[in-house]
Amino acid sequence: MDPVTASLEVSGLAFAYPDGHQALFGVDFSIARGERVALLGPNGAGKTTLVLHLNGILSGGTGTVTVAGLPVGKRHMAEIRRKVGIVFQDPDDQLFMPTVREDVAFGPAAAGMKGPELEERVDRALKQVGMAEFKDRPPHHLSFGQRRRVAVATVLAMEPEILVLDEPSSNLDPASRRELADILRSLDVTVLMVTHDLPYALELCPRALILSEGTIAADGPTGELLSDDALMRAHRLELPFGFDPRSVTMGA
Amino acid sequence: MHVPDGFIDAPVSAATGVVAAAAVAVSLRGARRELDERTAPLAGLVAAFIFAVQMLNFPVAAGTSGHLLGGALAAILVGPYTGVLCIAVVLLMQGILFADGGLTALGVNITVMGVVTAVVAYALFRALVKILPRGRRAITVASFVAALLSVPAAALAFTFLYWIGGTTDVSIGKVATAMVGVHILIGIGEAVITALTVGAVVAVRPDLVYGARDLRQKLKLRVNGELVDVPEAEPVPVAARSHRKLWITGLAASLVLAGFVSFYASANPDGLEKVAADKGIDAKAEEHASADSPLADYGVEGLEDARLSGGLAGVIGVGVTVVAGSAVFWSVRRRRGAEDVSPVSTSGV
Amino acid sequence: MGAGHAHRLYRHGHSPVHALPPHTKLAAVFAFVVVVVSTPREAMWAFGLYAVLLAGVAYAARVPAGFLLRRLLIEVPFVAFAVLMPFVAEGERVEVLGLSLSVNGLWGAWNVLAKGTLGVAASVLLASTTELRELLLGLQRLKLPPLLVQIASFMIRYGDVIADEMRRMRIARESRGFEARGMRHWGVLAKSAGALFIRSYERGERVHLAMISRGYAGSMPVIDEVTASRAQWSYAFALPFAALVVCVLGWTL
Repeated sequence: MDPVTASLEVSGLAFAYPDGHQALFGVDFSIARGERVALLGPNGAGKTTLVLHLNGILSGGTGTVTVAGLPVGKRHMAEIRRKVGIVFQDPDDQLFMPTVREDVAFGPAAAGMKGPELEERVDRALKQVGMAEFKDRPPHHLSFGQRRRVAVATVLAMEPEILVLDEPSSNLDPASRRELADILRSLDVTVLMVTHDLPYALELCPRALILSEGTIAADGPTGELLSDDALMRAHRLELPFGFDPRSVTMGA
Repeated sequence: MHVPDGFIDAPVSAATGVVAAAAVAVSLRGARRELDERTAPLAGLVAAFIFAVQMLNFPVAAGTSGHLLGGALAAILVGPYTGVLCIAVVLLMQGILFADGGLTALGVNITVMGVVTAVVAYALFRALVKILPRGRRAITVASFVAALLSVPAAALAFTFLYWIGGTTDVSIGKVATAMVGVHILIGIGEAVITALTVGAVVAVRPDLVYGARDLRQKLKLRVNGELVDVPEAEPVPVAARSHRKLWITGLAASLVLAGFVSFYASANPDGLEKVAADKGIDAKAEEHASADSPLADYGVEGLEDARLSGGLAGVIGVGVTVVAGSAVFWSVRRRRGAEDVSPVSTSGV
Repeated sequence: MGAGHAHRLYRHGHSPVHALPPHTKLAAVFAFVVVVVSTPREAMWAFGLYAVLLAGVAYAARVPAGFLLRRLLIEVPFVAFAVLMPFVAEGERVEVLGLSLSVNGLWGAWNVLAKGTLGVAASVLLASTTELRELLLGLQRLKLPPLLVQIASFMIRYGDVIADEMRRMRIARESRGFEARGMRHWGVLAKSAGALFIRSYERGERVHLAMISRGYAGSMPVIDEVTASRAQWSYAFALPFAALVVCVLGWTL
């Protein structure tokens, strides 16, 4: 595929829920292949709504979403769902099969993969997140951090074009947080990370978008955006006490 | 109200099994219009919810308790077709897992608690929503009335089945009085739960109430400050033609049922008396024999031994249910398989 | 979440009955119940033999008698109905210990009790030797329409969610001193039902979104193929075949 094609392109996206609540008011942005981008925004900014548009779960408003040159729509739904891997906020929502192995196999098996090929895909995904030895354990017996890693593996097993993570660091203890960051850094995929954990965004993503009141309010290098006090205040984004983005060396 | 094995005799169980299978087959076709990718889990949730709430027996009066039937709730929330499927699944799983309701009485249970309640409740609900002024309150009131009346309707249906196929000849008047009386009380409980659940859902997520779909307002989108109309996304859920199809199928099913039942019910009275004499039971005890054991009046002609012939009839009857049921499922499945070549459900989001 | 993990009814074990493919067990139990229901109620000994057959299965499955009997309690409401039958049914009456009972009613009560109990026992044995997920796979293999299997699997998945939510809400109610007693508390229970529904739905919706995000399109992908050999089928059907022999004897003797 053409390497110049953006992994993800969103243009003019607007959407209202059936109860009349409007969440998106025309969102435009584009992410190049291999980029790691943070999507920042206060609660209720429409982040989750936007994520659900990326693989066509929500639709019916105006605007377009294109994944690796493929428009999101009914025609290519199966392929889009394979290309866009979403890791949801609560791993308990994501893990619904009785064993880790079956859970990771779910996506590829749904795409028709079988036998040793499937087995190999599962092993590779679990190895990428360092959970290979937990293959036959039931997910609900794992710790929260382990469950989140398995959730990432379930998506990696589909070998997605773009990995979308919804609040990947929430509820993680500092060690699990660091382990997950190491895993994400080691992956060679396009990443869109939705979060309000600003230090985590700074640590992992060179570029950030701010979604506020249903539109993209800012787009630029993460460090610059976080250092802009006026911008941050205007969009209800607050850095943790004592954290100064200017003093942090960027991990890219 | 779950009917156990051996409560209703074999031929009537079989005939009801055919009716239930037909109803499920019709519902499977209809459900494809009601369910889309987003609402499919709602059907599962409604089933799980009914499963769970049926275990909460609420106190009625004088030490008896009743439980939710759920047909009204399911029909209003996910539509009548899917509603029938939900109840059928609940009853199937209860039969297999909890042995609640006999496996051979599954047809009876699905017909009484699923088909009758869902159809009665949904018809009432739609009619009331049309008559009452538009709004959330109308939905709640209509749900209340629909659920309230669906329960005695189910009780009546059960009484009817008991009348033609009960294995003990309790006087039909007694059964009817007891069943309907108790179930009007249970109906109040059902109505309260249904109305409050539907009311709660309508208040928070009106998009989830199938029966209230056409009450949604037209949406507008604001793009860069301008107001833009949303393109019409929702197709009209039920087309007129499909209604006719439903009715024709329903009619056919009822004809099959009627034919089946009357064939057995009008069995040769001579054979009946002979059996009574054979068994040395006073003939008087057998006067109500249309409600007696399968061997009584369900004879296979040309066989000398009345017991054997009656038994054969019973076995044949049950066999027919099994074969007919599987045939219906199989053909539906095949057709679905042939049609559903396109990925995802055709109705889509 | 863990959809298929052991349900309360399931007894973990490695008996030959546990090891049978689920669809053979489902078909065998169904056939057995059909045979039992088709047996004439006058052939009392036949029901005794059926009970012996089931006891044999329970022994092979190493399901203890106490467990089986406790689970039979689900039948109690119908026992109450059956006990009433001899009093309310019509026809010839006999005097037993000074009570006037209907002969027909006695037969009817016996019929319901015997067949009902055997049916319940067979289902209990099935549920205690088969995991939920296996049951679903079995239904799928028995060609139940996929939409029904789908609804059933969602139902089981959400069952856990609802049970959890229900427990949390009950604790919240009871910690504020509420206890359901009689009709005037319906309102509270019903309001809980509404809230329960929304809470469970929103939870379930998220799970479903995660599923369709991974390519779920209506049927569970087959990860491990289950097939039944002829030997397994015949092993499973030993029960209904033996029952059929008893049934035929019951009609002819």
